[in-house]
Amino acid sequence: MLLVIVEHDNGELVEAAKEALTFGRVLAEKMDDDLEAALIGSDDAGLVAAAGEFGADTVHTCTHDLLRDYGPDAHGAVIAQMIEELKPAAVLACGSDRGNEFMAQAAARLAVPFVANCVDVTPGESWSMTRVQWGGSLLEDLALDAEVPLLTCGLHAVAAEVGGAGDGDAESFDADLDDSVTITMVKDRVVLEAGVTLPTAPVVCGGGRGVGSADGFAPLEELAALLNGRVGCSRAVTNNGWRPHSDQVGQTGTRIAPEIYIASGISGAIQHWVGAMASKHILAINTDREANMVTKADWAVIGDLHEVIPAIIEEVKARRG
Amino acid sequence: MKILCCVKRVPAPGAKINITADGQDVDAAHLGFTTSPHEECAVEGAVQLIEEHGGEVTVMTLGTSDAEEQLRYAVSVGAHHAVLVDAGDNTWDPQRIAAALTAAIQDVESANGSDGTAEPFDLILFGNESADSGGFQVGIRVAHALGRPIVQGIKGIEIGDDAIIARREIDGGFEVYELPRPAVLGVKEGLNLPRYPTMKGRLASKKVEIGTVGASADAGGQARLRLHRPEEALSETVILGTGPEAAAAVVDVLDELGVL
Ligand SMILES: Cc1cc2nc3c(=O)[nH]c(=O)nc-3n(C[C@H](O)[C@H](O)[C@H](O)COP(=O)(O)OP(=O)(O)OC[C@H]3O[C@@H](n4cnc5c(N)ncnc54)[C@H](O)[C@@H]3O)c2cc1C
Ligand SMILES: Nc1ncnc2c1ncn2[C@@H]1O[C@H](COP(=O)(O)O)[C@@H](O)[C@H]1O
Repeated sequence: MLLVIVEHDNGELVEAAKEALTFGRVLAEKMDDDLEAALIGSDDAGLVAAAGEFGADTVHTCTHDLLRDYGPDAHGAVIAQMIEELKPAAVLACGSDRGNEFMAQAAARLAVPFVANCVDVTPGESWSMTRVQWGGSLLEDLALDAEVPLLTCGLHAVAAEVGGAGDGDAESFDADLDDSVTITMVKDRVVLEAGVTLPTAPVVCGGGRGVGSADGFAPLEELAALLNGRVGCSRAVTNNGWRPHSDQVGQTGTRIAPEIYIASGISGAIQHWVGAMASKHILAINTDREANMVTKADWAVIGDLHEVIPAIIEEVKARRG
Repeated sequence: MKILCCVKRVPAPGAKINITADGQDVDAAHLGFTTSPHEECAVEGAVQLIEEHGGEVTVMTLGTSDAEEQLRYAVSVGAHHAVLVDAGDNTWDPQRIAAALTAAIQDVESANGSDGTAEPFDLILFGNESADSGGFQVGIRVAHALGRPIVQGIKGIEIGDDAIIARREIDGGFEVYELPRPAVLGVKEGLNLPRYPTMKGRLASKKVEIGTVGASADAGGQARLRLHRPEEALSETVILGTGPEAAAAVVDVLDELGVL
């Protein structure tokens, strides 16, 4: 059996969970084995059914007083116990922040390997896989020697798709937990912004070193506001203190996936590119025709962003009348 | 208060990353090296906490002796002590790195203690993931081996009366965790804006004595076969124009995409 750990929030499977099940269906087929799911902290019938729609045969639900909220230790302990008792042939989750965290927790408990962010997995006598390095700039092929492979698939390595012939039968799992797991449980939550956030914005207006100063971002702000978008930036910008890090796009920033990314004064270093490459379309504004961002973009304007962006703003306003 | 930061030396590539002919490593022949960005923020975070609460910061890296460069850099921005865990080469898997770092940390904690009792670091900081191999696990394995709590993805740290309060970013907000000391955190870039070295810092970094610990640990279960670059979709860039005259063509594109 391939056991897929599925994340949920507010009574729904999160996108990452659907991706893990979609990735898992293909893997289970290659393994010629069943696909089963594990639901930690809930036995909600709707969630069980949703996991079934994505191909899970049996859904192991685990509820417990000490699973009232997310905690890496609690999750890690439950997964480690499931591995010992259910004896899956392999365990998979999605490489979200939480997914990579709780799988590493389980692996540490069992002293077994854990391979994060796989994009391709070949099961067999000995397993091999291809995984992401450098935030997506490079791939690594590796051979795995493990009794039970513990893996995550890279976030957005596949697009979530309903499918498979899962029955979605619920089966409850009794976990043996003690208070110690609550040490790392979420104590509180703070909501900072509602509405369009950088990862979900349909338009992102990104600025790089070419913007020149914090004040230089005013036109990008105005354009973003006109298009119901958000401002993003490169690491050169955050390093200069012109924008907060929460605006940074890239390997060590946010991964964006807008309808269009308008990248101004950004050279397109590989660590920036990996955060922007999921954009459906890219328009680059740069003085340098040879800049990486320009050569990789769908469209480009060659010129000074301080002249081009105000002209775009005027044109947008003029067309809207 | 004593804080330890575990940092990794990584190449600093530009527009693209080249690979050596044997496919085993990044071709760093023409590249500079840096500290993984998350870990630069770990060092800055540790130095800020010490400035506020008093104490000392130690940095530790596992690698070749070249990694002294990154240890000295950390001292130049405010760390007090530096330890090299000498691994001889760079090809260690995450389980093996974690085991060797755990042993080295235990060594240092014993040396810091007295009467045969080790003195644990109040806080150990890791990066959320290393910039190059990105295994998302070394910090968690070390924390587990030391029997200390760890939370990943941290972008805010405060020292409370009896707890370490850590904030973790989620889309549109953050989660708050409270850990007793000694604790371990995996931090992300954005925790702070790292400072540049001062003249005084540079001098200190030249003088600091780097402690060296031997490294030995068994290989873990994963073995690299080769590195390669993902296939790139070749795109034919359409140049919409030069300068402000291109604005009309840009807005046509926005209109076509339905985002106007
Ligand atoms: C491990 C690691 C992780 C990293 N993570 C990230 C990350 O998450 N995100 C990130 O962005 N970077 C990241 N970096 C940094 C990255 O390598 C680059 O240094 C950075 O992206 C460069 O930013 P930039 O394009 O704004 O600046 P530059 O490379 O300096 O480019 C400036 C561009 O602006 C153009 N320009 C200048 N003036 C104008 C003008 N008036 N009008 C129009 N164009 C103009 C220039 O032609 C040039 O193309 C990381 C680096 C490392 C080593
Ligand atoms: N060779 C190393 N030396 C010191 N610290 C390391 C090393 N490798 C990894 N780490 C630490 O462990 C974190 C997680 O690494 P990884 O599991 O490779 O993603 C990094 O951000 C570092 O803080």
